Amino acid sequence: MSLKKVNPEQPKTFEFNEKTKNIAQEILKKYPEKNKKSAVMPFLYLAQKQNNNWIPLAAIKYISKYLSMPYISVYEVATFYSMFNLSPVGKYFIQVCTTTPCMIRGADKIVKVCKEKISDKENQISKNGECSWTEVECLGACVNAPMMQINNDYYEDLDEKSTAKIIDSIFKDKLLKPGSYRGRKNTSPENVKLINGTEHA
Amino acid sequence: MVQNMLKEENKIFKNLYNNLGWEIDKAIERDDWKDTKEIISKGKEWIINEVKTSELRGRGGAGFSTGMKWSFAPKKISSRPHYLVINADESEPGTCKDRDILRFEPQKLIEGCLIAGYATGAHVCYIYIRGEYYFEGQRLQDAIDQAYKRNFLGKNACGSGWDFDVHIHYGAGAYICGEETALLESIEGNKGQPRLKPPFPALVGLYGCPTIVNNVETIAVVPTILRRGGKWFASLGRPKNTGTKIFCISGNVNSPCNVEEEMGIPLKELINTYAGGVVGGWDNLQAVIPGGSSMPLLPKKICETIKMDFDSLIENKSGLGTAGIVVINKDQDIVSCMARIARFYKHESCGQCTPCREGSGWMWRILNRATKGETTLSDIDLLEDVTKQIEGHTICAFGEGSAWPVQGLLRHFRKEVDKKCSNDPLIKKKKDVPYLIDQHLLEKKNA
Repeated sequence: MSLKKVNPEQPKTFEFNEKTKNIAQEILKKYPEKNKKSAVMPFLYLAQKQNNNWIPLAAIKYISKYLSMPYISVYEVATFYSMFNLSPVGKYFIQVCTTTPCMIRGADKIVKVCKEKISDKENQISKNGECSWTEVECLGACVNAPMMQINNDYYEDLDEKSTAKIIDSIFKDKLLKPGSYRGRKNTSPENVKLINGTEHA
Repeated sequence: MVQNMLKEENKIFKNLYNNLGWEIDKAIERDDWKDTKEIISKGKEWIINEVKTSELRGRGGAGFSTGMKWSFAPKKISSRPHYLVINADESEPGTCKDRDILRFEPQKLIEGCLIAGYATGAHVCYIYIRGEYYFEGQRLQDAIDQAYKRNFLGKNACGSGWDFDVHIHYGAGAYICGEETALLESIEGNKGQPRLKPPFPALVGLYGCPTIVNNVETIAVVPTILRRGGKWFASLGRPKNTGTKIFCISGNVNSPCNVEEEMGIPLKELINTYAGGVVGGWDNLQAVIPGGSSMPLLPKKICETIKMDFDSLIENKSGLGTAGIVVINKDQDIVSCMARIARFYKHESCGQCTPCREGSGWMWRILNRATKGETTLSDIDLLEDVTKQIEGHTICAFGEGSAWPVQGLLRHFRKEVDKKCSNDPLIKKKKDVPYLIDQHLLEKKNA
């Protein structure tokens, strides 16, 4: 698994707010009473959502008490899964898929645009503090490659131009719509008539 | 060329591109939830036998007979409840079929869950969706809520007398959780590290109870099979490789797409008819990964004639896997493509078994050096040796999954890899290296 950095600056305490507590109670109902440990991943998500998209250690402690688990078991889960952020990310968190199917359709160009526009290094928050980016493994939208994920949304069929446009829209705090940027419908084929560059009946 | 195409009436996923709408009323117009009560009233035996007749094989990669798997669940429910778990942790590079089912055909999946749950004695079903599919999970939750509203789920689901609940559990970005026992560990609230088998999940699975784990596509085709009969499904495709399958065609093709086709369709036809052909023409084809990144690639020569089904691909030392077809043309450097896949496996290894944890890193480092031309010929032999040491020496199939693509590369593209080895031993390079003790060997006459 990839290396995870725990943020050096940590808040002293953490607690679910009222709204999150209600959601947490709903989640607990999904699992058998004696297996409430199962809720650890949904709870980490809740903590992450409540705390600007990253999980402080105090939240891990809080969840471990909530679910009567050893602290280390929750810590273990939080560090194992790549989607739990243990240090702050930008308000807009961009994940660029660079695995082979995206790579051969030009994911490196998307990475280049991110480097130019946002920050030189991965996981470095941009100058205006709004946005950070990282390379990730396959996001499961290979037919719409190359693609990237901004917070929860998929931006598909990208090229340099459209990526630059999307990132500019982030800086204006008016994020463009997710979906295909070549105007096609989901995963349907475009130009099916075109075979090896020539029309066929 | 086009006359062999799958007939519209035989398509199971009619709304693959969301032309018809995903909502429950639209789905019912497409015959979802039709006669579900009657199907369930025919009993467990009948359902399992019909699925066996259809010869449906699991669509998640391994291709195990679904009817057989269901029959492993204990017939009588003891003090331990049974569970049904749906594997929607789709993370195999090249695969994005389950995403479309979750987004656009969720009712097929939910109906399949009810039927499979009844057949295997489960009252509770967990659908494990990868965390990145946040939107798809929301969509599925909406669909589940709609089904509850119409009493298709819940107490006395669909009037069948069977109580059935469906819950969604999100993953959090770990590829290994697509392995069934790792997935169960993950639902239990642990790190996703696979368990040793046996005992198989059918006897000791989630929370130590009998559990059937199936892929999304497998479950989603079941209602249609039962409505139209196992014989209908078995009449499509080839014997032992029956039915239809969603193929995901990505990479260097003119129009990448998902498409449902009959099993056993020739690869060349699939690429040319649906995906608009290879970029730069068929002759520009270099290799194809036929079933998601963990299946060995096929060179152009095999691609000319290969049929896309489980057995034909196994004969050619590859596999259908998830049917995620990645087309690589001659503009790409095949070694760097495979090095990137090796990096994927290095990143995603769960770290439980030493051969995989260390070996995946070794493979990536050697291939990475090879792309830069910094390897020697003996490095490549070492690479082959490493793959052999991983394969078969790990708890789960991840070991094979990471070793096979590299083995495929070496089997079919050894020449291309060898060409990259420019760091041959000094002795052949005649380099003048200060303080090198073997300096005299650089002269040919002394060698």
